[in-house]
Amino acid sequence: MQGYLSLWDEYGGQMMSAFWGNLQLTFWAAIGSLVLGTILALMRISPVPSFRAFGTSYVNIFRNTPLTIIMTFGVLVLFGVFKVQFSSDFNLNFFQIAIVGLTIYHSAFVCEAIRSGVNTVPLGQAEAARAIGLSFLPAARMIILPQAFRGAIAPLGNVLIALIKNTTVAVAGSVAEISGLMKTMLEFRADVGILIFLTIAVFFVIVVIPVGLLTTYLSKKLAVAR
Amino acid sequence: MKVSESVLFDAPGPKARRRVVIINIIGVLIALALVYYLYKVMNDAGQLTAEKWVVFGKGSIWENYLLPGLLNTLRAAAVAIVTSMVFGFIFGIGRLSTNKIINWISSVVVEFFRAVPVLLMMIFLWIILARSGIVAPSDAPFVAVVVGLTLYNGSVVAELIRSGVFGLPKGQREAGIAIGLTRGQSLRNIEIPQALIAMLPALIGQFVVILKDSALGYIINFNELLFNGKLIGTGNANVLQALVVVAVIFILINFGLSRLATVVAGRLSSRGISAGKPLDPAVPVVVADLNTTVPGGNPKG
Repeated sequence: MQGYLSLWDEYGGQMMSAFWGNLQLTFWAAIGSLVLGTILALMRISPVPSFRAFGTSYVNIFRNTPLTIIMTFGVLVLFGVFKVQFSSDFNLNFFQIAIVGLTIYHSAFVCEAIRSGVNTVPLGQAEAARAIGLSFLPAARMIILPQAFRGAIAPLGNVLIALIKNTTVAVAGSVAEISGLMKTMLEFRADVGILIFLTIAVFFVIVVIPVGLLTTYLSKKLAVAR
Repeated sequence: MKVSESVLFDAPGPKARRRVVIINIIGVLIALALVYYLYKVMNDAGQLTAEKWVVFGKGSIWENYLLPGLLNTLRAAAVAIVTSMVFGFIFGIGRLSTNKIINWISSVVVEFFRAVPVLLMMIFLWIILARSGIVAPSDAPFVAVVVGLTLYNGSVVAELIRSGVFGLPKGQREAGIAIGLTRGQSLRNIEIPQALIAMLPALIGQFVVILKDSALGYIINFNELLFNGKLIGTGNANVLQALVVVAVIFILINFGLSRLATVVAGRLSSRGISAGKPLDPAVPVVVADLNTTVPGGNPKG
């Protein structure tokens, strides 16, 4: 107990700021992949063959690539070889590269989630949209996508949960976040190793379980009554 | 996918066809411009020179790095698949148990390991195992990867089993009980065998997750494919090329597995078994008949 309390004295602040980093990664990558994923989903359901082919290839490539490779690529190739600099600040730069990596990876899953939402929209909705004279984009914007999003809340929630947990992989992209800090803590304070793990695990449980409950609730509440 | 395409737009007339062709050409041009831009950037950085790529034609690179790495990746994934099935079975049945305590414990275990990042478990196990001497330090990364993958994916399998059993018609269990089986016997002999078949596509999809997540071992110095790939990259000053080769190997294996899952799902649905398939709604689910509202083919979500 004494050891555990001294752990908080020693690392409490660092743990909070590291986990705050994970939450920030989640926030920006969630916005990014929602935007990119929606565009990809639109491409995959559009009447234009080249757009469809692009969307399909994107999803097949990035859904099947381990996130660890994408993160490593970001730091070793984007930064190491091509000297990509989003920011002059060293740490901020890695942070932003990690956001790009997380966005690229999770967009593929967002795209598939939205596409499964599109599949819940009955044929009659699209037919009615056409009957009143809407072309593809207006029909998608006003009729299909609003219903598709409501049908896609549960799978989108799963993607968000995966994203929260996957922010730990940013350690492969040299970002100061919680899994890297946990490694340091375990090396210096092996005496309370299990407590260190449990403490940090609880951080994630506290964030992930409410998100799961909330999306389940919303997916029921916002489901289109048919 | 063909079905969902036809849902969203009519068969185009002559005017719309012309417009689609024009936009299509613009799309192709944009794609070509992107490819050219990538080519130019890579060429300017000297990444397309032959000597950076020919290394991968050498047998020794494959013999010493790529194949052993791939073997370790596959070994870890294979062991983790077996152990997570066992884990999933135990806790899946535990969550279906009518015994309150067993049910509660299984629920807590499953929910906990589903909420904690796999990488945290791996790093923790790696350091603890190596220090405590339970396993030889050289084996610690492998064991940590396998156990980490098992805890997470086993929990997912447990959920799959539970949702598979819940998805069965109620009559199956009632029939079992009517012929005098106990609740447990009916679960083992009647419900779970059927749930297993229905969840097969989702299970194969989970194998893809296991294979992808085994690459997390790179972070804890497990000499799997990505780790060895990076060694090639730093040794020959061709990190980009090495990572691309490694990624292509992963993509090919995972893409094959995903296709397999789709084929199995198709086979099953043609046999009238609705596979509660969460990942890829490639099986057409929008049915033109509006009287039978088909939910998104996504019961588990």
